[in-house]
Amino acid sequence: MTAVGVVLLGAALASLVLGPAGVDPWGAIRETLDHLPFVSIDSGLSEQDAAIVWQLRVPRMTLAGLVGATLAGAGGAYQGVFRNPLADPYLLGVAAGAGLGATIAIVSALPTASIAPFAFVGGLMAVASAYALALLGGARRTGATLILSGVAVAAFFTAIQTYVQQQNADTIRQVFSWILGRLGTAGWGEVRLLLPYALGTWLVLLAHRRHLDVMSVGEEEAATLGIDPARVRVTVVITATLGTSAAVAVSGLIGFVGIIVPHIVRLVVGPSHRRLLPLSLAGGAAFLMLADLVARTVRSGGELPIGVVTAFVGAPFFAFILAASSDTRR
Amino acid sequence: MTMVSCRGLSAAYNGTVVLDGVDLSVEDGEWVVVVGPNGSGKTSLIRALSGSLPAEGEVTIGDRLLGDMRRRDIAAQVAVVPQTPVIPEGMTVSDYVMLGRTPYIPYWGTEGPADVARVAEVLGSLDLLPFANRPITSLSGGERQRAVLGRALSQDASVLLLDEPTTALDLGHQQQVLELVHQLRDRHRLAVISTLHDLTFAAAYGDRLIVLVEGRVVASGKPAEVLEPKLIEEYFGATVEVLQGPDGPVVLPVRRRPLRPV
Repeated sequence: MTAVGVVLLGAALASLVLGPAGVDPWGAIRETLDHLPFVSIDSGLSEQDAAIVWQLRVPRMTLAGLVGATLAGAGGAYQGVFRNPLADPYLLGVAAGAGLGATIAIVSALPTASIAPFAFVGGLMAVASAYALALLGGARRTGATLILSGVAVAAFFTAIQTYVQQQNADTIRQVFSWILGRLGTAGWGEVRLLLPYALGTWLVLLAHRRHLDVMSVGEEEAATLGIDPARVRVTVVITATLGTSAAVAVSGLIGFVGIIVPHIVRLVVGPSHRRLLPLSLAGGAAFLMLADLVARTVRSGGELPIGVVTAFVGAPFFAFILAASSDTRR
Repeated sequence: MTMVSCRGLSAAYNGTVVLDGVDLSVEDGEWVVVVGPNGSGKTSLIRALSGSLPAEGEVTIGDRLLGDMRRRDIAAQVAVVPQTPVIPEGMTVSDYVMLGRTPYIPYWGTEGPADVARVAEVLGSLDLLPFANRPITSLSGGERQRAVLGRALSQDASVLLLDEPTTALDLGHQQQVLELVHQLRDRHRLAVISTLHDLTFAAAYGDRLIVLVEGRVVASGKPAEVLEPKLIEEYFGATVEVLQGPDGPVVLPVRRRPLRPV
């Protein structure tokens, strides 16, 4: 618990003081503290440097933290509720739906500010379709039907998105940069947009951490222990999806956070969701802050898309988890 | 006092009738063993009595109808040990036994000191304390079954339903598990309903046997009254001799001998 807190604090500090602009590190810290309530310190930074810190770095760091925590928490919750270690927050078609929404906003040359709401609605529509499809297939009994419906819906939305994108080839660059995920344009506006959804998602997921432990014995046994598995599943899935859609809407598709962070936490503290969920939230925040730090500092004169950084770490790790989990099954 | 009873319990599963008008009533401190050939509805009866299998007819738990009870109220009255419990990968034994406290923990809450104390007590009474912090997946079959019983015990229920609790255990561990259930039943005055394949064990531990065939009760009563070679031949298709052992009838399978030498 303490270790994760230290990592999180370290990640926040590093994001605050490091950057291509070369702002004085102590000044950056003083400038940030100055904005806390009841604190007034003179940072000694120039007006321009102060703006870099407070208008660029701090909101970007905050957004990275919110998005990372939400994706990691949602991933941990999905893995618990579906009892599937490879479930991720995009499982039910959120990514495909949000991608379609964002693509439509971009190709229609709508203002940039409308991309996030379009992506949000697209994501929710995809998951609602997956749910409706699963209900037709009798999903009240098992989670497997829901996963399969998610796969079908994701394929369908991706097909439409690819078609729309191909018909509007002039915007392909813009669509692509959204799909790879970015925090580069992040400001306080995005933070305000995401904050209520993120906090709500965290609270509801944390409140269900014990139920997810009960669900780990399967739905029939969980019911004989006194919980309503269908209700827990619906509540957790809807909450995690809402949080994921909001995160995707402001940051684009940042992959692998929802898989690797809960798995690292699980390897260290074991599978109990009472520890797994809070630590995944904190770990996800730290992970994405650091990934964003790498994305914006590793190459001089330009940024890597953050999705590239997380996937670069995530894909090999994912393979490792696959190999390790197939070992223990034998 | 009657702890659990059912009247006219009928159920169908995928269009096949699995229970057909079962009547049953079990007192506190009584152990009823349900026997019957494969596919006779034994597991369905356990599932219907715990509300896991939707069924027609009346199930009464204590003085309330099962259909009127909330899941958590049922869980506080009825503990179920399924035939093959799902063992969550990596969960510690004490976390696993804590799952039994679910009916007493508020929806938005988490376990309190009373729950922790109860789990420690259960672990102690089942000699599981040395394993408390070990992953349940690392336990042997017999230890694992004790942990599953521990989970059921920490529910503080008055009715214990066991579906083939000795499956996949060797003879010694089968005996240990059944002795443990016997002690727990005596100590807590539990009403126990279990299914068992082994008719000799059924006779040694059950106060009463019921024979279920195609979802119907075809015989019931004290083990010595029920376990007749003719009945076993008719319903199980087995040739046996029934001997008198120290703990009741011993059912001994015998080779079918041709009437004439071939």
